[in-house]
Amino acid sequence: MEHALQPEPLKHKYFTPWVTVIFIIALIGLTFLAVRYIFGLGAVTNLNQFFPWGIWIGLDVGAGVALAAGGFTTAALGHIWHRDKYEVLVRPALLTALLGYTFVALSVTTDIGRWYYVWHPLIYWNGNSVLFEVGICVMFYLGVLYIEFLPIVSERFIGRVNLPGILSIFNKLLDKVLRILDRTLNKFMFVFIIAGVVLSCLHQSSVGTLMVIAGEKMHPLWQTPVLPLMFLLSAFAVGFPMVIMESLSASKSFGMKPETEVLTSLSRFVAPFLGIYLAFKIGDMFIRESFVYLTELNLVSIMFAIEILLIAIPLRMFLSPSVRQSTAGLYTASMLVIFGVVCNRFNNFVIAYNPPYTDTAYFPSIGEISVTLGFVAIEILLYRLFVMIFPIISQPVKGAVRRTKYAIKGAL
Amino acid sequence: MGEINRRNFLKSMGVAGATVTGIPANKLFAQSKSNLSEDRMGVLVDTTVCIGCRRCEWACKTAHDIPAGNLEDYSDESVFEKMRRPDNDAYTVVNRYENPGNPRSPSNVKVQCMHCDHPACVSACIVGAFEKKENGAVVWDTGKCIGCRYCMVACPFQVPTFDYHKAIQPDIHKCDFCFERTKEGLLPACIEICPVEALTYGRRRNLIELAEKRMKLYPNRYVDKIYGFTEVGGTSWMYLASRDFAELDFPKLGEKPAPGVSESIQHGIFAYFVPPIALYALLGGIMWITKNKDSKRGGNE
Repeated sequence: MEHALQPEPLKHKYFTPWVTVIFIIALIGLTFLAVRYIFGLGAVTNLNQFFPWGIWIGLDVGAGVALAAGGFTTAALGHIWHRDKYEVLVRPALLTALLGYTFVALSVTTDIGRWYYVWHPLIYWNGNSVLFEVGICVMFYLGVLYIEFLPIVSERFIGRVNLPGILSIFNKLLDKVLRILDRTLNKFMFVFIIAGVVLSCLHQSSVGTLMVIAGEKMHPLWQTPVLPLMFLLSAFAVGFPMVIMESLSASKSFGMKPETEVLTSLSRFVAPFLGIYLAFKIGDMFIRESFVYLTELNLVSIMFAIEILLIAIPLRMFLSPSVRQSTAGLYTASMLVIFGVVCNRFNNFVIAYNPPYTDTAYFPSIGEISVTLGFVAIEILLYRLFVMIFPIISQPVKGAVRRTKYAIKGAL
Repeated sequence: MGEINRRNFLKSMGVAGATVTGIPANKLFAQSKSNLSEDRMGVLVDTTVCIGCRRCEWACKTAHDIPAGNLEDYSDESVFEKMRRPDNDAYTVVNRYENPGNPRSPSNVKVQCMHCDHPACVSACIVGAFEKKENGAVVWDTGKCIGCRYCMVACPFQVPTFDYHKAIQPDIHKCDFCFERTKEGLLPACIEICPVEALTYGRRRNLIELAEKRMKLYPNRYVDKIYGFTEVGGTSWMYLASRDFAELDFPKLGEKPAPGVSESIQHGIFAYFVPPIALYALLGGIMWITKNKDSKRGGNE
């Protein structure tokens, strides 16, 4: 058990030149965000009466939800299929999902006109509405993610609660609360872990159903009744590449040895998912004969082609053992999958949407792009902060004891 | 061992995927239950009768507390140079389409919410702020709306509009079929003011009879189609025209209600919560079965 891997808070300088750049991007985003909240959506966005949804829904929500899929796919692999080898990846993936979904929620709040009514779906229900289902699932899943994160908080602070000044009289009490919480959660965590995967499958697919109701306004290359299945498959496909990309990025940024062995092992799941996704994409195109739209050379056909290439190329790469065994190969292939899924969500919500009565197309404004980039920047900054505060990323530690895994308790 | 496990993993993931997306869509409760009344009202718009006086635009604004200006200014025909759409400050507009064959009889087309029998906005709205009333009106409830604009994405006629320049309490705007007026026995404002009876208000079923009668009586005057009779499952507002509706910018739509596919998928996924619960049970089973597997193998694959 010597030098076993154990999650530990990373010790590193927070600010590096790159972090400063990201910090500035975040500040620019926050500036435009303030303008949006003070003067309304029209002041910042290029949205209009024909294009009600832009990149804040297409990218921040559509792609954001998909890119947070690493959380539930890794949780399923590590905690439901009990592949202990991947245990080291569960916490980083959980943190990404936690931050990802928090910012999905913030993006939705920013995009809706009456942000102070964001809780309305909890009391006003419409079971026919796909958006209602997505909204409720995302709210519940966000709650589940925070619960799943609690043991990490208690692990960090049990026996180390040290409140400043006068508050220190509560140290003992808080410590006790954390201990009770930890014990209780440990018993029931399986309930939440399974719920997290179920909720994810539900809303990952339902995000795909969102545009189905736009009917004829959606370009036939994308408008299909199997959209929810495609969204679910692409979420499965992008989950592990996100985990791989983040693990490699974190290793590089914190000057640690990349966990190539476990990532190589994880990467073998990617090609099958990509393959099934590609098969559905192509199959759907032939069944609905939408390929006729590819004979013309225009924005729509080019974007569709890029999307397909961004599935096919990484699929080929993930099938190659030499790519999967090299850090650079893994990183490139994973980034391609990520770009592919982002491209798909963008196409689905923005490019494919073609409303009547207008000649001008929507293009995101500087403000919209700044807010989107700003949110991504803040997510990166928070990720960096969290892995330095909480035991998330595993490092070789002398005499480490592996934490007991979560399992279904009770009978047996 | 590793190979077998991977295959099992993929297989069960596949099953999970199929369950979750509900393919084939289970149509346990296929369509939204509707309170469509046999006696619901509607309007027949005869674009061959409309003279484009735009008094309806003025009346509509006045009825909805929108600054309307002087009625005389509405005779200005220069607005016809540009195609207009309903907006935050105009719930109805009239567009003119010149007739190349006969310049003296252009088609004037009044545009407003069509008040669908199976409205996409009602189905889509996240908080159920839209409602199809018994009298046919599709109305919006400001108390529930969160401003997500999904109704605008969903509407096949691109009718609802949004206050993009209001930071607090932006509204969705659209024709409400003068629900407040009709409740008190008044006619909708546009219908009341129309000087040439281009708009006929009545029970939808009677209006269809009326339209068919007119088409039969004057076969040369009309193309053989009532727009709105079958479009997206039927609309409360219906149109007669002297030329192809596509030339008058009416969208070409199928006969199926706009929310149909979306609701089938949605209820397929949720069919009495069976698929989510089945998936939960399946995952629980896997979690339980694999519980001690890795430790038996000594933590190695």
